[in-house]
Amino acid sequence: MKENRASLGYDFIKGFIKENPTFALAVGMCPTLAVTTCLVNGFWMGVAVIFVLTFSNVLISLLRKLIPDEIRIPVFIIMIATPVVIVELVMKAYLPEMYSILGIFVPLIVVNCIVFHRAEAFAYRNPVLNSAMDALGSGMAFTLNLMLIGGIREFLGTGQIAIGNVVFPKAPLFEPAAVMLTPPGGFITLGVLMALLNIVIARVGKRKQA
Amino acid sequence: MEVLGIILAGVLVNNFVFMQYLGICPFLGVSKDFDMATGMSGAVIFVITVASTVTAALEQYVLKPLELEYLRTIVYILVIASFVQLVEIFMKKTLPGLYQALGIYLPLITTNCAVLGAAMLNVTKSYGVVLSTVSGFAGALGWSLAIIIFAGIRERWKLMDIPATLDGFPLALISTGLMSLAFLGFSGLFSNLVK
Repeated sequence: MKENRASLGYDFIKGFIKENPTFALAVGMCPTLAVTTCLVNGFWMGVAVIFVLTFSNVLISLLRKLIPDEIRIPVFIIMIATPVVIVELVMKAYLPEMYSILGIFVPLIVVNCIVFHRAEAFAYRNPVLNSAMDALGSGMAFTLNLMLIGGIREFLGTGQIAIGNVVFPKAPLFEPAAVMLTPPGGFITLGVLMALLNIVIARVGKRKQA
Repeated sequence: MEVLGIILAGVLVNNFVFMQYLGICPFLGVSKDFDMATGMSGAVIFVITVASTVTAALEQYVLKPLELEYLRTIVYILVIASFVQLVEIFMKKTLPGLYQALGIYLPLITTNCAVLGAAMLNVTKSYGVVLSTVSGFAGALGWSLAIIIFAGIRERWKLMDIPATLDGFPLALISTGLMSLAFLGFSGLFSNLVK
């Protein structure tokens, strides 16, 4: 087992760009597409994932020397399922409306590839603090991605963005395209975003070479 | 009639990939090759059908009588994980060719959200054991239909000149979006059968 003691700051930052869960690693696609019909849903889903990810990463990192290699997957699953159940119960109690909107995707965090990927690729091999930073970084990047996709879909699909009682703009500026709120809209939004990102990466790469 | 409705809903109207966003990761990951897509489909149909039966039986005969519904997520995922492990061992012995072709994707069925998703959907619709099995099977069949069509489309890409910016995930997602648009057309059909 190789202990990789990189700086805490790097472990936090890398989740946003180099190991961005959605755009660089393409993990956790199901919730990314399913709950992003508006910005607020994306935010709450992201918060739930941050909690689960931090909890499981810290736990796995603490116990990494005790977990036998052969049965690590089932062990990970239990350690991930525990915080998911906590999130489920807390959300049901305090955010019942959001819980019913997010529906089965709250319990499905347990099979979210992001959580698994971070456990397997990072927490299992790194010290506790690094794992916690890694979890926070990846989780926040995931939340930002969800809010970005949710914001775009909500804006194009309803013509407005609503955060709580604040609605912007007051009246839609254009005829909203309801298709953006349907599943095809989600797939196409994410596809176009990834293509745009590829263009940016190609431009930056060229500038570096020149 | 209810059974027919559930099957139509699972395969076409509420297709796992195109309408419910379940099992997207393996859908994008394993669809590069047609044979692998068919192999994975077989594994997924088998796993989801049996997992639906087992979880529905657990729900009805263990969790409900003991009022342990809040442990559902943990119990379900443990059952599914151990079951996938079993399939893996079985396949390694009896179908080594397919086992090697599926490689890392077989253990990944555990984290295929379609399996747990199917079980959870059965709970929200409060199906019994028989209807859960039918619904799981239909959903898995729909997933397989989606991945096989998509693998067919992806094989054609090999002959095409794709712009570098779109290559890989962007094009895959946009094509999935277009296919999903086509499946959206089923949503009004069979409205008297599908709930």
